[in-house]
Amino acid sequence: MWLLLVIIVVVLVWVMMAYNGLIALKNQTINAWKQIDVQLKRRHDLIPNLVNTVKGSMEFEKDTLQAVIDARSKAMSGGGGVKDTAAAEGALTGALGKLFVVMEQYPDLKSSQNVRDLQEELSSTENKIAFARQLYNDVATQYNTKQQQFPTNLVVGLAKAQIAELWEIEDQAERAVPQVDLSLKPKPQA
Amino acid sequence: MSGTPNLFEQQARNRRQTTAWVVLFVLFFAWLGFGGDAALYFGSVDQLGQAHYTVPWMGIVLTIIACGVAWYSWTNGPTQVLWSTGAAELFEPQTFEEKQLVNVVEEMAIAAGVPRPRIFVVSDPDPNAFATGHGPGAASIAVTSGLLQGLSREELQGVVGHEMGHIRNYDVRLMTTIAALIGVIVVLSDGMGRMFRGGGGRGVGTLLGGRGKKGGGGAIALVILVLWLITLILAPLISRLMAMAISRNREYLADATSAELTRNPGGLAAALEKIDAADAPTTSIRSGVAHLCIADPLGRSANLKEGRLADLFGTHPPMAKRITILKGMAYQQLKAAGQAPLG
Repeated sequence: MWLLLVIIVVVLVWVMMAYNGLIALKNQTINAWKQIDVQLKRRHDLIPNLVNTVKGSMEFEKDTLQAVIDARSKAMSGGGGVKDTAAAEGALTGALGKLFVVMEQYPDLKSSQNVRDLQEELSSTENKIAFARQLYNDVATQYNTKQQQFPTNLVVGLAKAQIAELWEIEDQAERAVPQVDLSLKPKPQA
Repeated sequence: MSGTPNLFEQQARNRRQTTAWVVLFVLFFAWLGFGGDAALYFGSVDQLGQAHYTVPWMGIVLTIIACGVAWYSWTNGPTQVLWSTGAAELFEPQTFEEKQLVNVVEEMAIAAGVPRPRIFVVSDPDPNAFATGHGPGAASIAVTSGLLQGLSREELQGVVGHEMGHIRNYDVRLMTTIAALIGVIVVLSDGMGRMFRGGGGRGVGTLLGGRGKKGGGGAIALVILVLWLITLILAPLISRLMAMAISRNREYLADATSAELTRNPGGLAAALEKIDAADAPTTSIRSGVAHLCIADPLGRSANLKEGRLADLFGTHPPMAKRITILKGMAYQQLKAAGQAPLG
């Protein structure tokens, strides 16, 4: 009789702890995603500034500029799923990268303080997205592993836990980033 | 990332060592006080075996002072360290370099998963950087203006990543407390030494020779006094050596953390090469906070060599070795990526 009671209490305590553990990880995952979101919004806000600043000097690069504008509006109208967001933002990263490469050919743009500041802001935002993505993927992987492991998997239904999608990087877009970074390297002051 | 047990071990070890230092510091003062009392007690025993000095005032007062100083160092250590280097907080970044610094610090804070530390700039042409604070929640990063001018974005990121490693591991808490406590010990030792070399010596002489001649207490008093003086003279040296040993091991760890955060060990390697090449000493950083910096601000040659002497007197591991290790990491990274052209 007593033994049964003890076992029931032990099981209940365990369920509680496993449940709380899952909820904590779930919230961490959501929070990590929000951090990415903040940086993505910042990037979306910065792009119109950049486009307006360089528009006048880059009469002959309408296509490149238009590609950035299109990619931005597509990324902003995205549904919010991890996969869709990743794809749209990857495309935006690629378009921006191309724009930066093209901008290298305009010396008056490169020497403009305003453009330099904007470029620094954008590349920093890019880095922040990358680091926030690392954090998100780490936390989401922890969360997913916990859900699949025995015996925590028994309380998954109770905690309404779902497998979190990781932010996968499509190769093409991501490969472009290091090149962009190099082109952005501030020239050492003479 | 932030979930590795290794990190928690490092944090726990740093917390333990900080406590140990504070306890040792208070014990040191207590010994100075009560040891002095004991010397006076045995010295004051007269012919009848009667001691005239019975209340250990020195011990009580010094122990209370030590507790107060330790508490003050604990709470104000970071402020003291920043003040001693003349660092100015960067509120509104004006120049391009300053904006970049703020961005890089924000990036590294995200990568390390800690709140953004406060940012300070030390006006000094020599490239150097240090971090101070109590831990991830309350920390400051300071860089010299020379570092901002001379380093590329990638290199700056490596340096900031290194400092972020110190912050995340709670190295900053240990190092800052040590810096503050050592400062007090050095001042005390200097002051006491001057006192004894001056008029004070005669006073002690009469005390020992005068009253305790036949009591036998004089001999005990003398032994205690000699021990007391030896501790007083050796304390600054020993505490410095201990601080150096602690600092050296942690530099490698912070380098590794930087590589982990930036995923670009080559950046820090290049930065260290530049810092090393600028051999002018960082004049605004005093020797008391030397062990907090990314590279020895005094440019001492002991840090260049391997071996027992360098192990004793260098605050930092040899630069060449650090750079080699980082370059090795960069090479491993290239190999893991299948010799992919990384730009």
